[in-house]
Amino acid sequence: MSEPAARGLTRSDVVHVAKLARLALTEAEIDRYTADLVGILGHAEDVASLDTAGIEPTAHPLPLVNVFRADVVRPSLDRDEVLACAPSSDHHHFRVPSILGIA
Amino acid sequence: MGASRAVHVGPGSPETAVSIAGDVRAGRRSARSVLGQHRERIDACEGEVHAFNLVLRDQADEAAARIDEAVAAGRDPGPLAGVPIALKDNMCTRGVATTCSSKILEGWRPPYDATVVSRLAAAGAVIVGKTNLDEFAMGSSTENSAFGPTRNPHDLERVPGGSSGGSAAAVAAGFAAASLGSDTGGSIRQPASLCGLVGVKPTYGAVSRYGLIAFASSLDQIGPFAHTVEDAALVLEVIAGHDPMDSTSIESPAPSLVSAVHRGLVDGVDGLRVGIVTELSGDGISADVLARVEVAAARLRAAGATVDRVSVPSTVLGLSAYYLIAPAEASSNLARFDGVRFGLRVVPEGSTNVQDMMAATRAAGFGAEVKRRIMLGTYALSAGYYDAYYGQAQKVRTLIINDFQRAYQSFDVLLTPTSPTTAFAFGAKTADPMTMYINDVCTIPSNLSGDPAISVPCGAGDDGMPVGVQLLGPALSEALLFRCAAVIEKEN
Repeated sequence: MSEPAARGLTRSDVVHVAKLARLALTEAEIDRYTADLVGILGHAEDVASLDTAGIEPTAHPLPLVNVFRADVVRPSLDRDEVLACAPSSDHHHFRVPSILGIA
Repeated sequence: MGASRAVHVGPGSPETAVSIAGDVRAGRRSARSVLGQHRERIDACEGEVHAFNLVLRDQADEAAARIDEAVAAGRDPGPLAGVPIALKDNMCTRGVATTCSSKILEGWRPPYDATVVSRLAAAGAVIVGKTNLDEFAMGSSTENSAFGPTRNPHDLERVPGGSSGGSAAAVAAGFAAASLGSDTGGSIRQPASLCGLVGVKPTYGAVSRYGLIAFASSLDQIGPFAHTVEDAALVLEVIAGHDPMDSTSIESPAPSLVSAVHRGLVDGVDGLRVGIVTELSGDGISADVLARVEVAAARLRAAGATVDRVSVPSTVLGLSAYYLIAPAEASSNLARFDGVRFGLRVVPEGSTNVQDMMAATRAAGFGAEVKRRIMLGTYALSAGYYDAYYGQAQKVRTLIINDFQRAYQSFDVLLTPTSPTTAFAFGAKTADPMTMYINDVCTIPSNLSGDPAISVPCGAGDDGMPVGVQLLGPALSEALLFRCAAVIEKEN
């Protein structure tokens, strides 16, 4: 059994999670979400600390295995129409700022 | 109470979907006149209600005209001929803005229709608009919309519930005869309860999710709002059924639901075993709501059912499990909103790399609750915490499924409140996230189990506001639930 203090979630954890989640949070937001997550995870301690030995997890309510479609060519969305939805595109590509930080 | 303003309509005024479709199909009324009547309501009251993010004008006129032409030419105009229907704005409509009530999808026009949209159109429905929601369906009051809240037509000072609050308000205010919502933890049933409507969360996989913008993929399900149980059955018959475009769509034949409603009205529910779930009918539920559950039980008893109490113990863990599983899935699903392929892009000044663009876009595009859930879900899935949070929640999901299966050995359907309270005032539950999350305590278990559930109006609370009761059944028991709901509704 662990302490009901969200297993010691800290402000630096929140900074790390924001980076993983690609969210540029303000200092005030980091404070707010640190407090909120401690509260919510404290409530979730009933689940986190439950003895679940021998219980299988359920990821999904249906007993589905892989679903395959027939391997035949069929129409897909129109490329130009899809590219037109993007903030920036170039011929047949989505345009983004440089991946490696080199302009 | 006396000073509160209401703009809702009762069933029959304007008419039900069943009566509209009957009249239009028989040529007694034109689809255009039905649309005109609903548009008058929109023009008169939408400014106060704010049910819609977008009201469709030309497109709806054209759809109505096509139906009138089909009737004039002797072609079958479909089972929903001329029925004005509103769509929650997280369902894709080709060429028409679809926002999820988020700034991050600004300017986006989907290049395809959701399967439910195509099915409604093929059945002769007229789509009248896209309705407001809590951003990305995350909320229980529609206060989390980037475009401002929707008001409850029964009392404009109160919330309509959420997240499908706009879809509920659109029907309650007479803007549409029926609407579609999506339900991940109660987002159809709770607003249905708060707005005095029937709301259905079908069996997971019964209705295609193709074109529904995903919140939590193992929980999300589309379903109808309507004034009557029969209307909800008619709409669900149209949208249910297998879709090869959704790999989680089930292959079972679409059930006959309207006939189940008629059977309930004629034959009652003789011999049916109804269980009131002890854990969801006590602490934390308002006394006036519990009193309505007893009234529903008495109506079922009078129609031939036996009613007892039943314990489904793991449901008390449902809220915590849900608020780990749903944010975890959301954090993954919402990763696609990164400023690359659609919607908003924000490039911070002086920055030239893609990571900064993504982080700035998401910071500017998402509202506070969406960020909170992305943070929570990312944490619950992160290295070192996965087993304690997400893994444990998945095991609790198994316990809940097992408990329901045990209960269904002795009971045919289960009865609970839908929402712990009637509609509350704006701002009443926004200070602390847990206060809002607790609204979903009775509705969450059936999302976790994947089973169907229906909320049906059953009178009013002490404040005069509508109260719904919830019927739960095993997977694919929709026909039975509709039959029971018809019995409860009959005495309203």
